Amino acid sequence: MSNIFEYAPAPESRAIVDIKPSYGLFIDGEFVDGTGKAFKTINPATEEVLAEVAEASDADVDAAVKAARRAYTRVWSRMSGAERAKYLYRIARIIQERGRELAVLESIDNGKPIKESRDVDIPVVAAHFFYYAGWADKLEHSGYGSTPLGVAGQIIPWNFPLLMLAWKIAPALACGNTVVLKPAETTPLTALLFAEICQQADLPPGVVNIVTGAGETGRAIVSHPDVDKVAFTGSTDVGKAIARAVAGTDKKVTLELGGKAANIVFDDAPLDQAIEGIVNGIFFNQGHVCCAGSRLLVQESVADEVMERLKRRMATLRVGDPLDKNTDVGAINSAEQLAKIRELSDIGEAEGAERWSAPCELPSNGYWFAPTVFTGVSQAHRIAREEIFGPVLSVLTFRTPSEAIEKANNTPFGLSAGVWTDKGSRILSMANRLRAGVVWANTFNKFDPTSPFGGYKESGYGREGGRHGLEGYLKGEDS
Amino acid sequence: MSRIDVRKTYKLYIGGQFPRSESGRSYVVNDAKGRLLANAAQASRKDARDAVVAARSAFGGWSTKTAYNRAQIVYRIAEVLEGRREQFEAELKAAEGISQAKARSYVDAAIDRLVWYAGWADKITQVVGNANPVAGPYFNLSTPEPSGVIAVVAPRGALLGLVSVVAPLIITGNTVVVIASEENPLTAITLGEVMATSDLPGGVVNVLTGSVAEIAPWLASHMDVNGIDLTGVEDAALATELEVAGADNLKRVRRPAPDTDWLVEPALDRMTRFLETKTVWHPIGV
Repeated sequence: MSNIFEYAPAPESRAIVDIKPSYGLFIDGEFVDGTGKAFKTINPATEEVLAEVAEASDADVDAAVKAARRAYTRVWSRMSGAERAKYLYRIARIIQERGRELAVLESIDNGKPIKESRDVDIPVVAAHFFYYAGWADKLEHSGYGSTPLGVAGQIIPWNFPLLMLAWKIAPALACGNTVVLKPAETTPLTALLFAEICQQADLPPGVVNIVTGAGETGRAIVSHPDVDKVAFTGSTDVGKAIARAVAGTDKKVTLELGGKAANIVFDDAPLDQAIEGIVNGIFFNQGHVCCAGSRLLVQESVADEVMERLKRRMATLRVGDPLDKNTDVGAINSAEQLAKIRELSDIGEAEGAERWSAPCELPSNGYWFAPTVFTGVSQAHRIAREEIFGPVLSVLTFRTPSEAIEKANNTPFGLSAGVWTDKGSRILSMANRLRAGVVWANTFNKFDPTSPFGGYKESGYGREGGRHGLEGYLKGEDS
Repeated sequence: MSRIDVRKTYKLYIGGQFPRSESGRSYVVNDAKGRLLANAAQASRKDARDAVVAARSAFGGWSTKTAYNRAQIVYRIAEVLEGRREQFEAELKAAEGISQAKARSYVDAAIDRLVWYAGWADKITQVVGNANPVAGPYFNLSTPEPSGVIAVVAPRGALLGLVSVVAPLIITGNTVVVIASEENPLTAITLGEVMATSDLPGGVVNVLTGSVAEIAPWLASHMDVNGIDLTGVEDAALATELEVAGADNLKRVRRPAPDTDWLVEPALDRMTRFLETKTVWHPIGV
């Protein structure tokens, strides 16, 4: 079988990107030196240092917030929606024009396969700006009024660096807010390239400010008294800390946090499609996905068949060079994340679940983890309860729809869920009973700028995307 | 000789029953002139936790009733309240020291508010939900769902204030544990009698009376409560403390609203703050 799937390497050229040896902060329309230290960002597939990046200090964050406030007061909040829209359309177009460059840079800095950054991340980024551009002059029809909040402080994760930036910046700007955004410390480069795109678009200075750094920089943004809105995507623990930090203030908050999604496969499901959906659900983006289908609930009568087919399919996944166009699963984003995935997987074994990993050769440098599945998992196991955020699937079985619902909802999270069955009435009944913000039926991990995304319970609050995504950036009407 | 009247014992309203506080405590409630009105039950941590259990038990059934059915039940509360309006007017006059005309206007407004919210049950989904035209062959629909169990600190308006915070929560399918106004708690229990006889299932609304500062922190930190409405919290430091405690399981929070004019027709946000948006995708194909 291995002969059939021999591939010659098909690497995407990295000549298209020009990575500078060091980067400053983007404040008030210019790249400036930070007053703090610098940190290195590396290529997780090779451990090669890519660049040195400034770590924004409290003073730098303050300068960025001041620039954002000035731009808000003097320019952006006074500009008509139609004019704001044109800037956002410009940005969408430049992202499309420079799409190849952005995709390659994203794969180098993040470790995700080029086929994903090229075919998913970057096209959806452009679409997001294009979608929200059109809202800028139609807000009075949104149902949330048309009054912006002011300065938005935005903190994004490393799993979809530019896509999360788009989810944050596009609606904020469309609604008339200005932003101070912090990309994750392991993936700052596409945000800094985005800053250059803002310059190319002649976006007024201070409307978008990018401050790089780690947790301390994030804290400075959240606690800054002149920030009116905090938007965060990341871990549930940090989300809770943010909710505590803003208590008693007037700051509006949206939080997109962790998940432990159930992907439920019934015995009448179209199994070929379901297997692809399971694989996509947990191995897309190395499983670094908050809405990943990390708990497979399979009906007992087809469990053996599903597992056999799933393992066969997993054995064909190509793990390796993110820039190779054949690669299905790229590098784990950081040494820290790899350690976490290893730790939880070891705990899974220690607690008695049975571990199986796809037979694949992993590169000797960089951070890698073979696609892995655990069977014999009980609801009490930590690998069934905690977010692993890696290519690790926990499999549980069920007999009846009610048992599936019971198990699926038995989690403090509630971000997403999947259902696979050919029976329409069962899909609708399951969709009604699942306590999750996004339900994918006979599909998984689909994203679109028009479609609201966000969780129930400890997966956070607020929605991003669609008309609903405007609510977090407008004053609305209070009774 | 004049007849000796039969006085009412005011207790809590939990799970459709009227129990005394398990702690055996009560506190004196005076009228506006400082004369004894009654002893109210002083709810404890255990009462608060029992109320959450009752609210959680009621949530499955209440949230899956048809919107039409929830509308009729909330409308029924308005009907029963209308029938007992003299009692409420008298209670409000005594408790708040207001004129007959003022008391009447509050009762009118409370009944009308219930009718207004009753009508929202089968419309809110149409107003805040929508189809999403995704760039691919998928059916995609976003609809609101109730957040779950909501803890509420009611404002001073003993009837209108209370109705104005509770009705928007239950009409969308949430279940509620409400701490009545500490100064004027008696009307809340009388309203409980109205709800108990309006086909509202036990546990959908649970009313606690007692010290806000004592009970609210237990509800704010309770891991099976999904949201807290701090409308009636008058102490800013306590409100912040409750919001911090609520972060333990990321409760949806509504911050205090001390100056609300309850006679003004509300916006939608008392409903929408405690709604989740669920988005369902399905491929379109043959």
